[in-house]
Amino acid sequence: MMLGRVVAVLVALLTSLGGAHAEIPAKDRRSGFDFMSPQTQAMQADDTSNPGMFAVLEGERLWRESQGDSGKSCASCHRDAEQSMRGVAARYPAYDEDTKRPIDLAGRINRCREKRQSATPLARESDALLALTTYVAHQSRGMPIEPASDPRLEPFRNRGRRWFERKLGQLQLSCASCHDDRPGARLGGSVIPQAHPTGYPIYRLEWQSLGSLQRRLRGCLVGVRAEPFEFGAPEYVEIELFLMSRAAGLKVETPAVRP
Amino acid sequence: MTRALVNVPKTAARGEIIEIRAMIQHPMETGYREGLNGERIPRHIIKRFVCKYAGEEIFSAELFPAIAANPFLAFTTIATESGTLTFEWTDDRGETQTASAEITVT
Amino acid sequence: MNDRPNRPTLAAAIRAVTGDAPVIEGRVKFEIAPLVENGNAVPVKIEVDSLMTAEAHVRRITMITEKNPQPDVAVFHLGPRAGRAQVSTRIRLATSQVVVALAELSDGSFAISRANVVVTIAACIEDLSRA
Repeated sequence: MMLGRVVAVLVALLTSLGGAHAEIPAKDRRSGFDFMSPQTQAMQADDTSNPGMFAVLEGERLWRESQGDSGKSCASCHRDAEQSMRGVAARYPAYDEDTKRPIDLAGRINRCREKRQSATPLARESDALLALTTYVAHQSRGMPIEPASDPRLEPFRNRGRRWFERKLGQLQLSCASCHDDRPGARLGGSVIPQAHPTGYPIYRLEWQSLGSLQRRLRGCLVGVRAEPFEFGAPEYVEIELFLMSRAAGLKVETPAVRP
Repeated sequence: MTRALVNVPKTAARGEIIEIRAMIQHPMETGYREGLNGERIPRHIIKRFVCKYAGEEIFSAELFPAIAANPFLAFTTIATESGTLTFEWTDDRGETQTASAEITVT
Repeated sequence: MNDRPNRPTLAAAIRAVTGDAPVIEGRVKFEIAPLVENGNAVPVKIEVDSLMTAEAHVRRITMITEKNPQPDVAVFHLGPRAGRAQVSTRIRLATSQVVVALAELSDGSFAISRANVVVTIAACIEDLSRA
């Protein structure tokens, strides 16, 4: 009985020690694109076969449409998105002066709607918000992810890191358990990627539709049998902030196609 | 509005075999899925696709629920003359969506 | 996945297309991954060895599945203007099964190719009840 107790304590010690994970060195970082079959890669690489491009087209239309009581469109202030939005997604989430917290791209779009367009915020995961987010992020396609250097983001980034390394859910798995420790291995029939948010919003074959990083994270949380945070929860933005640092150097691919 | 994306080479040599790609935004609801309340989600699919080149049909397809959402088709044709390629999708409610592209053949 | 006892067998589904016409193996190159990334969207490419002349060409290509709720996937109508007998699309596969490409030639005969495809469920299924 005593021996059993000692063994249990030892096992607990050893597994908890495994909680500190080293970041993937920049030269070893690989986008989820690299873990896909050639057929799925081809689907993403061709704008005529990538269904995410429909969201880009819809986003472009919404960009030019006047919104809310202001009668202003995004273009009224930001003009041509190809110029003004270039590089933006590559350095998001950014620090938001109003809330004193990090804000993701969809959150920023909604704040702009409220403050400057006198328009109601768009619901998370709505077609319209996904389309605008995809359109804006698409303007950074091909650019390397370069996390914002604002030092005020540091505590939030560290919170995101801790979420990434914490064992969650009934299955007691952390993001790191799969994505730091076992990329390239298989979970069921699926190849485990390194989990870099290079192409969000993505067209996911499993969803048969476009979705946000938050939707994807919820899928993983439910997968480990944890209670997922609500859409728009600050935890997701902290996690995204950390994930984008972890992905620094990889190119933005929005809209990506993923299995 | 249902969107379509088509890709036709802008120019081609007479007699050259060219590749055409076309994709339309559509859920291709199979009719086999159940909603959260257990009720069957009704079928709603694109049934037919026709491509015409200068008014003449050069390719067509009959599509069934086993075609993936946002149906994508790639096929070939011989570049015969400068003109318009038209694309028409018809769904199972009888509604059609069209797109077109120009080609210059020298 | 629902049970579909009324679904024709693969052999019956092939016969519904070919009737009594001769069916030969070969000439059809059927490109489909042996282990698919996701059964919701499986890219396929079918190429038939044919010069596509007015005298000898592929009239149509039919794709059929063995275990989907219904056998038909698509029928593509070609002709001499195609230049090549080649078509690509993305299909849905409900489970691991045989997928068949049947090319009808202008002389009324058929060429066939079969592919054995493994389809697995995604590792983490989305919980749609949580909005």
